[in-house]
Order: sequence, then C-alpha cells, then structure tokens
Amino acid sequence: MSSIRGIQDEIIDEFSMLDGDLDMCVEYLIELGKKLDPLSKQYQTEDNIVKGCQSKVWLVAGQEDGLVNYQADSNTMITKGLVSMLIRVLSGQTADDILNADLYFINKIGMNRFIGTQRSNGLAAMIKQMKLYALAFMAKEQKNESS
Amino acid sequence: MSAANQTDLRADIIAIRDEFPILHQQVNGNPLIYFDNAASNQKPLSVIKALSHYYQHDHANIHRGIHTLAERATEGYEESRKIAADFLNAAEAEEIIFTKGTTEGINLVAATYGRKFLSPGDEIIITNMEHHSNIVPWQLLCEEKGLHLKVMPLRENGEVKWEEFDSMLTEKTKIVSVVHASNSLGTINPVQEICRKAHQAGAIVVVDGAQATSHLELDVQALNCDFYALSSHKMYGPTGVGILYGKRKWLEKMPPYQGGGEMIKEVTLEKTTYSDIPHKFEAGTPNIADVVAFKEAIRFINRVGKTTIKKHEDSLTSYAHQKLNDIGGLRIIGNAPEKVGVVSFTVDQLHHFDLGVMLDAKGIAVRTGHHCTQPLMECYGLEGTVRASFAVYNTTEEIDRLVEALGIIVDKLRN
Repeated sequence: MSSIRGIQDEIIDEFSMLDGDLDMCVEYLIELGKKLDPLSKQYQTEDNIVKGCQSKVWLVAGQEDGLVNYQADSNTMITKGLVSMLIRVLSGQTADDILNADLYFINKIGMNRFIGTQRSNGLAAMIKQMKLYALAFMAKEQKNESS
Repeated sequence: MSAANQTDLRADIIAIRDEFPILHQQVNGNPLIYFDNAASNQKPLSVIKALSHYYQHDHANIHRGIHTLAERATEGYEESRKIAADFLNAAEAEEIIFTKGTTEGINLVAATYGRKFLSPGDEIIITNMEHHSNIVPWQLLCEEKGLHLKVMPLRENGEVKWEEFDSMLTEKTKIVSVVHASNSLGTINPVQEICRKAHQAGAIVVVDGAQATSHLELDVQALNCDFYALSSHKMYGPTGVGILYGKRKWLEKMPPYQGGGEMIKEVTLEKTTYSDIPHKFEAGTPNIADVVAFKEAIRFINRVGKTTIKKHEDSLTSYAHQKLNDIGGLRIIGNAPEKVGVVSFTVDQLHHFDLGVMLDAKGIAVRTGHHCTQPLMECYGLEGTVRASFAVYNTTEEIDRLVEALGIIVDKLRN
C-alpha cells in the first residue's frame, strides 16, 4: 500500500495535467465521484452523517489487520469526488499514520480556490471525522494490548 | 415598451453598471455575473466614496462632542436619518432607529414591545415563507412568555393563503409579522391589506422589508404598518446598518433594548432616565461611517427611480422565467403573480450544490441551499434550491449566459 504522502503526490500530479482550468477540475472531481463504491443504504443513517457539510455525507469506518478502512457516500456529485479522494488517501492506512497525516494535497490541487469557506468547513468536518475514527481505533488497540 | 424606450433603458443600465466597479472583473476566467443580490447587492461608487471620504475628512464620535469634526460627523449621521425618513415616508425622522440590520430590528421589537405588551396565551401570526430572522425572535418570545405562534399556510404557487387570515385572527392575536417580499420565492405580500385586517382585530403589524426596499415603492404611512425593518446592504448600501421604523406611539412606550451611553438622559447609581426616541434605542457608539454612507445608497435609488428599477427588474424576472422554463427538468419554485426579482429553481435529479459550484466555475454567482427559510423548504419537500436574484445592474444578456451555462451543466451532470 502506498504511503499517504505518495498517494497525495499522485493526486497532485493528476490535477496538474488539468492546467488549473477550474471547469475541468470540477468535471474531473465529478468523474472521480462516479467511481466511488456506493454505500449500502443500511449505513445511510443519521448516526453516520458528517455534520457541517452543505451536502449530505455518510461516513463509516472499520479496522482490519491493523488498517483503517473507510466507506462513504454523498448526495452531491462534487462532494462524492472530494470524499473519494480522501478515502483514496487515508483508507487502508494505520490509525497512527491517519492521525498524523498532513493533507497538503487539498491546497495544492486548488480545492480551496473553488470551495469557499462553507464548503471547506464540510471538507474539514469530513477529515476531522475520519481522524476521530482513527483515534477511536487506536484507543481500542491500546486497550486490547494492555488487557 | 417601444423600441426607442427599450434602447434608452438599455443605455441607462449600461451607465448604471459603470457606477459599480466590482461588476467589471473576471471570476474563474469568465466575466462575473452577480446573481446573488438577495443575499447582498453591490455598492455604487458614490457609497464607496462617501465611506472613504468620511474617514478621510469627517470622523469623530457623534452627539456629545463640541468640536468641529464631532459636529460634522453628527450632521452626516442625522442627515442620513432624515433622508431615510423621507425614503420611507415616515411621519418624522425620530421614528427611524438605526440598527445593525433587519434581524436586529425584529429582535428589538420582540424583546421590547413583545415583552411589555404580550401576556401568556396571546398569539403571534407569521407566514410559512418567513426568513429565520422573522421566525426565531418570535419563537424565543413565545417560549419565554407562554405565547402561541400561528403560521399562515402557502399555496403551491408561493402565495400565502390570505383567505384564511380572517379565521386565524382572534382577540388573542397581538402581533402579525410578515415578510414584504420573500427572499426565497420573490412573492410580494399585500402588506396594506394585512395591516388593515390585523388592526381591526387589535393586533400590530411588523414587516420584514429586507427584500423589498431596493425593488418596491415604500410608504410606511400608506401601508400603516406599526414597524418596518430593513437592511442597508440589501439596498446598495453598506453592511452592518439597518433601520427599524416604528410609530412614535409605540416607540415611546417601549422600554430600552440595550443600555449604555447615548440612550440616557441622566445616570445615577440609584436611577437612570432615558433619552427620547430615536436615541433611546441607539445605545453606544453606532456604526457612524456606514450610516453616513448609507444616504448615498438611498440617493442612488432615488436618482435611478423606483419606477425604472421595477420596470427593468420585472422584465428580467419574466425573461428569466421564460428562458429557465425551457430547460428540461427545471422547476421554478415561486410563481406568484406579484414577485420581486428572485427566481428559485430545482432541476430533476441534480443537487443544487453541484449546480451552484459548476455555475461558479463559469463566473456565475448564485445562492444555493435553504436561504434561511427552512420551514418554507420543508413545505415544498425540498432541501434547497438554486436562487438567482436580480438588481438594477443585471441584464438579459447575463440571463442568457446563465441559461446557456445551465444547459451545458445539466447535460454534463446527467451523462
């Protein structure tokens, strides 16, 4: 599995081919979102909604063999694209790496440019929730180790 | 309209656009099309220059100072009050209270008139199309004093079912609070008639005028409303300033809203007496500079003329309706026969957030979401809409570009 940094650099490379054309960036984001595996309806509940997003985002997380896996979905195409990138970067990594991840790719691909403060808050909420899950898994691991 | 008149109006609008420097920029590689005027509209140079001039030449604290700058600043501030009184046709300038905006104005009435004159079991009537600023202050008051909040229902086309008003009014109704023009639907409510019926039933009327003041002729005496709240930034003026108009007979009886400097006659540790209106309700140092600049916004509107503004905006609104209705799967929310220039719409199977972001990528600024009218959205079974809202500087060519962009976006999102 590539490192968090490695995956971020891949994404930055992909976006750099779009030459900063905003229209094309948004379209690419939507294409990425279309490839996101849909989240089963049973997980699209109030408990799994990420608060603070303009659009609805459902996020679930699990841990297997010491690696955290995320699944998510959204009712808007652009947010699906954003979510798919975050999952690509953080899913399948250790809880420790996720917690310490510096997600520099967001600024580098210009997401803040067309995602205004409100939308950034949604993105920030997603990242926060993903890290909270990692923290919870790490705490569980440590508890299991000490018992 | 004759071809000659159309050409004249077009030339007028081009000249008006030149007064707004912000409109002449590129956004994301495209000329800006600003269709978010219901959220806040742009400022003409005269307002911007007045603000700058004030800080460069005239600033001092007002009302108490005896030096020259203090006098100039006070004059500039009080002149805005007189001009605002004329703009609303208030009986006197003392009935104009400067606030932070419409929201503060409504909160002021709820907190002072509401607390003093309403008793447990009394009723307040609002409509289902209200902005949160004309719902929440009343909910807070109802909770505090054990009052009932009743809500006038809506028709599918976005009008209130005013035929049910008579049966909703009872002897317990003390306040009717309505929006003059809806920020989500554009619907214009018949305020004069509402006031007549409410007064017959012994209730006062509070009007949320935020969306009306830049579009409609206003005469608070003809409307005979008891309070009228408005925001400067929705009528080409600076942010952070608004007006609460109130009839003298109520303002005099209402207790102060906030305590502090400016609103007092005399303060001792035992007892304090209060200023007369309007200063009783203007505690502390106000937003002097923006109040001073606000008069230039009113002068701008008077110079262009409400008739011209309404004629032009009505033509934009009907043009937008006509063109948008041609887009497959697009549904306009709010089709009242009398509307201001607000066009909310949804597109089948496409989310307003996606539409809004993609329009922004093409330089087109619209608003998406619930527009601070969540009960209204629930009424229509919607999470939100895309809203294009017009000002006097918008053009039919801009609407053409919106429609063209939407066509491309809808195709892309559907495939």
